[in-house]
Amino acid sequence: MRALTWHGNNDVRVDTHPDPEIMNPKDAILKVTSTAICGSDLHLYDGVIPGLKSGDILGHEFMGEVVETGPKSTLRKGQRVVVPFTISCGQCFFCQNQLFSACDNTNPVEKQDASEKLYGHAMGSAFGYSHLTGGYAGGQAEYVRVPFSDVGPIVIPDGMDDDEVLFLSDILPTGWMAAENAQIEPGDTVAVWGAGPVGLFAVQCAMIMGAEQVICIDHYPRRLELAQKFGAKIINFEETHVREALMEMTGGLGPDAVIDAVGMEAHGFVVDNVLDLVKQKIAPGADRGHALRQALLACRKGGRVSVPGVYGGMLDKWPLGAMMEKGLQIRGGQTHVQKYTQDLLRRIQEGQIDTTFLISHRLPLEKAAEGYKNFHDQQNEWTKVVLKPGMAS
Amino acid sequence: MAQETHHDTADEAQRADAAGTAQRDDAPKRTRRDDKDGDLAIVGRSVTINRPRAELFSYWRDFTNLPSFMHAIERIEMTGDRRSTWTVKAPVGQTVTFETEVTGLVENEEIGWCSVEGSQIKTSGHVTFKDAPAGRGTVVSAEIGYEPPGGDVGRLLAKLFMAEPNIQARHELKRFKMLMETGEIATGANHKSDRGDD
Ligand SMILES: NC(=O)c1ccc[n+]([C@@H]2O[C@H](COP(=O)([O-])OP(=O)(O)OC[C@H]3O[C@@H](n4cnc5c(N)ncnc54)[C@H](O)[C@@H]3O)[C@@H](O)[C@H]2O)c1
Ligand SMILES: [Zn+2]
Ligand SMILES: [Zn+2]
Repeated sequence: MRALTWHGNNDVRVDTHPDPEIMNPKDAILKVTSTAICGSDLHLYDGVIPGLKSGDILGHEFMGEVVETGPKSTLRKGQRVVVPFTISCGQCFFCQNQLFSACDNTNPVEKQDASEKLYGHAMGSAFGYSHLTGGYAGGQAEYVRVPFSDVGPIVIPDGMDDDEVLFLSDILPTGWMAAENAQIEPGDTVAVWGAGPVGLFAVQCAMIMGAEQVICIDHYPRRLELAQKFGAKIINFEETHVREALMEMTGGLGPDAVIDAVGMEAHGFVVDNVLDLVKQKIAPGADRGHALRQALLACRKGGRVSVPGVYGGMLDKWPLGAMMEKGLQIRGGQTHVQKYTQDLLRRIQEGQIDTTFLISHRLPLEKAAEGYKNFHDQQNEWTKVVLKPGMAS
Repeated sequence: MAQETHHDTADEAQRADAAGTAQRDDAPKRTRRDDKDGDLAIVGRSVTINRPRAELFSYWRDFTNLPSFMHAIERIEMTGDRRSTWTVKAPVGQTVTFETEVTGLVENEEIGWCSVEGSQIKTSGHVTFKDAPAGRGTVVSAEIGYEPPGGDVGRLLAKLFMAEPNIQARHELKRFKMLMETGEIATGANHKSDRGDD
């Protein structure tokens, strides 16, 4: 089969790999019909997440048709399913408490050692990501093996397009959980850093959860325009002093909740960020946290900080004092996708959430490398890329 | 000021520990800085498994099941109610065989075993099963004693497949948990020809 493969920093290619096989009783194999490139993939592309090996197949946002099932899979051949990017067993303490991304049983034991050292606990697992989280082959491919297929995949009702439901795999539930972690109350102003796919869904979800005002911060006009479509006010950080603007737009109080939908590769030519950048170039494991620092300083006293943006290692100059002295609450985490998929599918069906507005490009799988390059270099115009293995190239 | 006080206390505790006068804490032996038990080194791990105690006990009690999650063991044959023959993998496709005997057995609570006198490998093991709080299942704690590198066979084995006995013990317990909770052991491999193991 053909698959998008990582070969090194800023070097991904579509190569030929053997088709996956059923390895365990609960496995299923999908023929992929649609798969997206995520901001998280850009962290891999840039080599700032440790634990990738040359030859790894990427992709954790995908859907397709079931073509093979293990004896204990609950799926049937021919079903159309969307697969959560987090692989979860459904049986452990964490899964049973709906903390699906913290699953204890899906990360192969040999792969657990690194995160046990780095984070104090072994991490759960995900498709097409680092070997810290399982080293599972991803779905930017013609076929993908789906372990624990009895827990994750959701069957899609007939008549719904791939593009309407594909983002149930990650960014829609991630935007939802980001807004949920902001614990929105009536009258709240929620500030969202990043108008990428995650930030844009966080804006939409915060509105649905009843925020009085949502303010989105980025520097790409086209992305900010998309946030505006959903009723957000916007701040372009290249033109405006962000913290001052937020204070003025909230009557001197500061936002009640802040969401960092940027993650470890914040843009911006400011002192802290340039220092972080230098460290990140020297070794992976250093995070670039300008957006998060700014969010912590902007958040009102006693406010809430939600962190869907991915960080993988260490961050210097972390304003711990701001957190303690202002009494902030911080919540984050890889999304517990399985917790949200059914509810969000219903909201899509009812027309409450728009899921297709952000797709700027649809490409055949063969052009995946071009998709990565442009999603990375031309963020203003390339807002979300969906790869279609079946599309003629 | 506060920092200095802290420093003094830590130093004092360390000195007391070295002199052997410190009060023993509640931590299990395998987490002590001095983790020797006689001439055996102790490694081990606790895991909480979301299954009933009796089910876990009876799976472990049948030693022929152990190779399903202890991948360094090729097979175990019961030669009597308390005795079994273990065949473990050794370098370059070779195997080493030794006899073990059950030394302690409390139904649904604990199992202990030990290599018999004169075995090629000296090892002992002990596993306990306790109810976890608030219906979280069972806390399984295993401790394995092994001969630290030294001796002829011992040195070879330690180097090649017991190099990291602590990691190995941790992996084994986690595989046991996976198997008991989900019925399978997770693998990131996509092909039967390259099932990755440690
Ligand atoms: N928690 C999860 O489970 C989860 C899931 C998916 C993605 N993520 C993470 O969410 C983050 C965003 O993902 P995405 O797909 O939207 O990525 P993206 O790269 O498309 O978007 C990031 C946006 O942040 C903007 N930005 C950069 N620096 C900024 C700054 N200083 N202030 C304000 N905006 C800034 C960029 O211009 C860009 O538009 C990434 O870190 C990704 O890894 C997390
Ligand atoms: Zn993603
Ligand atoms: Zn689980």
